[in-house]
Amino acid sequence: MTNPEFIYTTYIRTTPEKVWNAITNPEFTRQYWGGYENVSDWKPGSKWAHVANDAARSVMVGGKVEESVPLKRLVLTWASPSNEADVSRVTFEIEAIEDMVRLNVIHGDFKPGSDMKEKISGGWPRVLSSLKSLLETGAALKVMSCKTCASAGAAKLEAAA
Amino acid sequence: MVVAEEDKVFKALADASRRQLLDRLRTKGGLTLGELCQKHDMSRQAVTKHLGLLEAANLVVTVKQGREKLHYLNPVPIHEIYMRWIGKFERSQVQALFNLKQALHQNDYDKS
Repeated sequence: MTNPEFIYTTYIRTTPEKVWNAITNPEFTRQYWGGYENVSDWKPGSKWAHVANDAARSVMVGGKVEESVPLKRLVLTWASPSNEADVSRVTFEIEAIEDMVRLNVIHGDFKPGSDMKEKISGGWPRVLSSLKSLLETGAALKVMSCKTCASAGAAKLEAAA
Repeated sequence: MVVAEEDKVFKALADASRRQLLDRLRTKGGLTLGELCQKHDMSRQAVTKHLGLLEAANLVVTVKQGREKLHYLNPVPIHEIYMRWIGKFERSQVQALFNLKQALHQNDYDKS
């Protein structure tokens, strides 16, 4: 990433396999990420989408898988389907450190004047605390009140009108 | 968060200079040591020491870019503390009080 804007880090008492699975397995993601599923075959060049687990299956964000090294590193482009020009980049880095796993989420390479930049700050800490809680205690945290989810909901209503 | 990690977070936050450094990074991420030393009365050595404690508490994370180290605020440990003590049922009441306090402070500023 040439221009990292936000870096979020959490240490989780778990294994790299579980963290990788938590990011890439839709059944796992919806448990801690506000009910949304991450869907892709996670091969470089493939599409990926962050999808609501309901009948409409509305896509909140999505993009392309740029790099995929299972259990270690995943690089995705990140854009809302309602504004695909406002694309940015997210890197997940997974590293085992003694009996813990360090997960870095780096979000950057935003376009000038990006709306997404405003929306995502605040969202990632919620998602990462919820993921940590799920992996360490088996209980996720409520994350649905985040701004991004609210604005995605608003976009859905507009599209329906 | 285990007790030792939590202690590090509280100790790191229990210092006005360190909170000031976090505030700088909240406004703008990716600052170098040199940039963080500007506008501070502290010596470069003191800033380095404070940043070390903030990094150990995982409140600041760094990336290397060429010869420089860029510093970022990592609010995840603070969010974990928030989630631990503020249950989901209390969250809206706490938010309402926070908003009220902010609105009242704003009024004071407007008058002065």
